[in-house]
Amino acid sequence: MKKFTHISIALCALLMLVTPQYLKNYGIYLLTYWLIFIIATMGLNLTVGYAGQKSLGHAAFFGIGAYTVAILMKAGISFWLGLPAAALICFALGIILGFPALRVQTIYLAFATLGFNTAVWLVMRNEEWLTGGTFGINNIARPSLFGFSLEGNLAYYYFTLGVTLLMAMLLWGLLRSPWGKAFTALRDNPIRAESLGVDIQTYTLLSFAIGAVYAGVAGALFASLVQFIEPAPFTVGASIMMYLMVVVGGPGYFLGPVVGAAVGVILPEWLRFAQAWYLFVFGAAVVLLMIWLPDGLLSIPDRLKAKRQSKLDSAARVAAGQTAAKNMGAKA
Amino acid sequence: MTHPHHHNRVAGQPVLQVTGLKKAYGAIQAVGGVSFQVMPGEIFGVIGPNGSGKTTLFNSMLGQITPDAGKIELNGEDVTSLGPLELNRRGVGRTFQTLQVFGKMTVRDNLIVAAQEHKGTMFGRMFAPGDSGLGEKADALIDQFRIRHVADKKAGELSYGQQKLVDIAMAFMSEPDLVLLDEPCAGVNPRLVGGISTLLKELNRNPKIDKHSSFVVIEHNMDFVMDLCHRIMVMVEGQVMAIGTPAEIRANKQVLDAYLGS
Repeated sequence: MKKFTHISIALCALLMLVTPQYLKNYGIYLLTYWLIFIIATMGLNLTVGYAGQKSLGHAAFFGIGAYTVAILMKAGISFWLGLPAAALICFALGIILGFPALRVQTIYLAFATLGFNTAVWLVMRNEEWLTGGTFGINNIARPSLFGFSLEGNLAYYYFTLGVTLLMAMLLWGLLRSPWGKAFTALRDNPIRAESLGVDIQTYTLLSFAIGAVYAGVAGALFASLVQFIEPAPFTVGASIMMYLMVVVGGPGYFLGPVVGAAVGVILPEWLRFAQAWYLFVFGAAVVLLMIWLPDGLLSIPDRLKAKRQSKLDSAARVAAGQTAAKNMGAKA
Repeated sequence: MTHPHHHNRVAGQPVLQVTGLKKAYGAIQAVGGVSFQVMPGEIFGVIGPNGSGKTTLFNSMLGQITPDAGKIELNGEDVTSLGPLELNRRGVGRTFQTLQVFGKMTVRDNLIVAAQEHKGTMFGRMFAPGDSGLGEKADALIDQFRIRHVADKKAGELSYGQQKLVDIAMAFMSEPDLVLLDEPCAGVNPRLVGGISTLLKELNRNPKIDKHSSFVVIEHNMDFVMDLCHRIMVMVEGQVMAIGTPAEIRANKQVLDAYLGS
């Protein structure tokens, strides 16, 4: 499994480096879009997949990140200050959103986070003085890095790829540290975790806050990619879509968001031939997937391994039975 | 935050002192004024029929419920109103009546997570190595519990008996002063009951760290309790009927009539 993950990461990285060279502008834009959703859903995967907190408010943080950068840049503040500001604000709000999780869990928590998302969306839509309301904020510039302009789509793609890899490495390190084990313990059995000295309240809040930081960074990159933001991409529907990406990819699998975001962002493009039937095909695919692979696409290798193991076990049992029968026969 | 609970000991002081503990549910007095103490290195059994208040007593000692009256002291410190987290940080380990392992983590990781929060600070743990320097300790317990062959398997994939062993081993990872064992033999086959008894006796002495752990055990298997425990408390209807050595309890006519009889 470890080897599988390493090889997959190396292959993915190589593909992502080379592919855009052969793509037109829209293809590059789409890949960048995908990367941004990988970052956002990596964070949601920490909250939902690793720490087991059912959050349906992730798009709110995505939006807060986007609006933070857009508003700050319109005020003449650099993107390079806007990005960390977006991350910080999301961290703080993530902690606040974590508090309901200390009281309620599962579907009740999902509804609490959904309410949060709606409230944030209403602020984006109604507070025109700040957010521009439904007209949104346009002409958001792309930044330049050490004198290199990231204005071009290809340049911005590589910049986003760099940020994605950096965020992935940070998450990888975090999950391998004792924190990663504590998050998993919190998901698998919070009562047991607490009896072992795991501060489940703090870890619950942190799982929301760190997840929110990822959404905030993704949102900041998103604002600069599309250069025009309005409330629509940050609705509850978007949160549900992100949740779906995590579940489809495989919650608790490190590369789950890479696969899940591809299903959510790239697959719809491939399904364009189906035109009006697109949503039907997509919906049906998700239903089937949830029935056959409730643990997501990345659970396939584990499933195959388990199947092979159970075959080996039953073969061993049969062999043991035959030997025993033979021995008994010899005795008789 | 470090938790130097091992240094709080005073010679001759009980590890656990329960005084006048009371808890009622509506009109039912589940525990009606229970007092006892557990000395360092002692294995203390709690027996009694169903509904005698054992579980309520246990839950109070574990910070799961707040008693109506009475006091619980750990190494001389009043811990009556503390929750499970604070109690664990102060050196109380526990096992559960039903299986409580982390199903999707390996056995080894189950053991490591069982003690990692006792190492360093919360912030520091973000940068600590994955095994928190507890790998050796985990391996020692894995060998002691004879679960080496499943050490890298996910705990949820093990047999009931193997999970039970992991569950017990986890309680000992942080070298607690006091371990509360809630029916360690529940659902375990007779051969493994003997194995658990042997393990608990070894852990009680724990020569490696020159330290004696104290246990409180709730258990219905009388042979197991009589063999393992140094002293036994018999509870009936929320009251202490008798406290004594296994021999004394066996010979107690009142206990025989009320509970052990037949």
